[in-house]
Amino acid sequence: MSVVNGGRPSEAKVVFYNDPRIRSLFFQLVLLALIVALFWFAYDNTVANLKKRNIAQGFGFWNVEAGFDISQTLISYSAASSYGRAFWVGLLNTLLVSGVSIVLATILGVLIGILRLSKNWLIANLATVYVEIFRNVPLLLILYFWYRGVLGLLPEPRNSIIFPGHILLNTRGLLTPRPVLGDDFIYPFIAFVVLVLGSIGLAWWAGRVQERTGIRPKTGWLSFGLIVIVPSLIFIVMGAPLSFDIPVQGRFNASGGMSLAPEFVSMVIGLTTYTAAFIAENVRAGILAVSKGQTEASQSLGLSHAQTIRLVIMPQALRVIVPLLNSEYLSLTKNSSLGVSIGYPDLVSVFTGTVLNQTGQAVEMVSVTMLVYLTLSLLTSAFMNWFNRRVALVER
Amino acid sequence: MTTSAEVHFVRTHFNEQSPPPMRTSGIVHWLQENLFSSVLNSVVTLLILFGLYKIVPGLVDTLILNAVWVANDSKACVADIVGHPVGVCWGFVAAHWDYFVFGQYPETLRWRPELFFALEVIGLAWLLVQRIPRKDLGMIYFFIVFPIVGFCLLSGSETLGIPTVQTHYWGGFLVSIVIGTVGIVVSVPLGILLALGRRSHMPVARSSSVVMIEFIRGVPLITVLFMANVMFPLFVPEGWRPDSLLRVLVGVALFFSAYMAETVRGGLQAIPRGQYEAAQALGLGYWQMMIKIILPQALKIVIPGIVNNFIGLLKDTTLVAIVNIFDFLKVIEASLNDPVWRTSGMPFAGYLFAAIVYFILCYGMARYSMSVERRLATDNRH
Repeated sequence: MSVVNGGRPSEAKVVFYNDPRIRSLFFQLVLLALIVALFWFAYDNTVANLKKRNIAQGFGFWNVEAGFDISQTLISYSAASSYGRAFWVGLLNTLLVSGVSIVLATILGVLIGILRLSKNWLIANLATVYVEIFRNVPLLLILYFWYRGVLGLLPEPRNSIIFPGHILLNTRGLLTPRPVLGDDFIYPFIAFVVLVLGSIGLAWWAGRVQERTGIRPKTGWLSFGLIVIVPSLIFIVMGAPLSFDIPVQGRFNASGGMSLAPEFVSMVIGLTTYTAAFIAENVRAGILAVSKGQTEASQSLGLSHAQTIRLVIMPQALRVIVPLLNSEYLSLTKNSSLGVSIGYPDLVSVFTGTVLNQTGQAVEMVSVTMLVYLTLSLLTSAFMNWFNRRVALVER
Repeated sequence: MTTSAEVHFVRTHFNEQSPPPMRTSGIVHWLQENLFSSVLNSVVTLLILFGLYKIVPGLVDTLILNAVWVANDSKACVADIVGHPVGVCWGFVAAHWDYFVFGQYPETLRWRPELFFALEVIGLAWLLVQRIPRKDLGMIYFFIVFPIVGFCLLSGSETLGIPTVQTHYWGGFLVSIVIGTVGIVVSVPLGILLALGRRSHMPVARSSSVVMIEFIRGVPLITVLFMANVMFPLFVPEGWRPDSLLRVLVGVALFFSAYMAETVRGGLQAIPRGQYEAAQALGLGYWQMMIKIILPQALKIVIPGIVNNFIGLLKDTTLVAIVNIFDFLKVIEASLNDPVWRTSGMPFAGYLFAAIVYFILCYGMARYSMSVERRLATDNRH
């Protein structure tokens, strides 16, 4: 054996280049030097290149007049507004299309996910066909398909397709009646908000009573009456202070009403149909993860089918579904950047597209855009993690 | 011992046997069980069948029966000119087939991309079909030999006497496959390195890996492509002028490395601690331990995840069209702008064709990944 002198192995002399600590320190220094060198190389070249091409640096452009129009603006904006204003317009458009699509995709996705587990062979298979088609086709293609393939076939304004409820569909987009709120509309609205809060309180009280006595007071119909009937009565008593501005079909264009640009409609339909397929798979996985014994146990306790789903299956399935949903929402938000391909004025299209072309300040534009998406990702993650903690298994 | 007095009840006669269930198998039973199990289900089934009856014949008419299969220009696909209802204009696809596959790659040299496709298929089959032996050689072939040979084939090389073809002549399906291939060939090794870095005990290696992975996963691919397209030329000395396809390739490869890293990390985390300790007890160094013990097991577990990443990669290669690379989608768009082919129904045909191609590729990979998952599930059963 090598331990000749009776020394303990830990005291054995190691040549310094075989010492794991020194090795690790050495590798890290090399790595650090490489990273610093890479960044220095890029920085040095960038400064030199920018000087040679006469491109300004810094954020001086932020308050400069933009000089271009944006087709969809949530806040007031004109060609005379600043680049900074254009940034906020783009960001709000990104948030709008992501928010609307997240809500719709969740509804559609949960529905399809549940339908995939239907006992009816036809329903289950149709849902599967939907999921497989939309999961395996690029999103960009789906957007093109809706925007150029389907919405491109829409008629001119004078031949608009008319849906019941004065909704018009033509090449200019989707036109719906715009609600015009009267001055007195505020009263039924306040009543509605107060009564919704009241109903939540009522449900909380019912829960307390149930915990104490084991019998839950029936509050469902009372809440329904309070929320729906009372505001409606106030609304009628006030003389129905709500009218609608109805879109009118003209020869070349339709006027009045509220219009949704075809780009926006295509983005929402595309993002929704695509993401719903992924959400459906997550929902299905979550429900399948709850073992059959849970259903049987809850049935043997005498819970009804609806109670089984609400009180036993869903709380457990949500633990699987929520983290998965989190990543779907994140990718939907990032995918909304594809708006640039069909001319939807989102952040990437406005900022990395038009503003970059006008100012040529690539570094600033791309960095700002990336930072915004990073922040959005972190915020969405934080919110979903908070929600996840709420539904997570509480262990002792 | 029990005596008869303790027995309280002894059954003296049997109940009449119940009749057997009407049907437990056969088509009628299947229909009852799956389509008409309740009144509500029956109504829904009938409604769906009615809907299919209304939709499917029209769909078959549009896609196959009334479709135009041969056309020289868009006139052959306009109902008013031809005089009968016209479905999808597949003739548009047929007329552009070569352009869709090769872009503007010189016609006389198209054997080169064809050979490239063949070599790619060989490599993929070697790695993915379980029955083919010597996966180690397959790895060397796909990740080292094939990229070099493929590059020489497509781009040409003066020293080997193969005429050069500039990348702006490349196009169509070829470019999509090149981007996808480079994405795989770079992102797998780089992803493994990043994953090892993220699990390393060295603070510098760990933090730089984490920052890179989380940064890339937090931004959309399109911004990375914009960065590669407009910022990358600024990062290098002015004389270099990186090729526009190369810039995009760098962006795509880096982007997918981050996702690959997270997949591989999942595999590394699934390897029990005992494997690491056993390797160390045998006296193996870090790299020997990783290459001989940990990675072979970890990578095997994450094959389905890696294949799913490939599906995402292939779908996302379409985004390069936005930064003006003539990939499969962009050449279809370019053909749609051809005045000879400009009619309202044409985009439908073009995009539908692209959708079918992507669907076949992605669905095929998805089925493969599921089959691997099933095989792995049985492997682990004792």
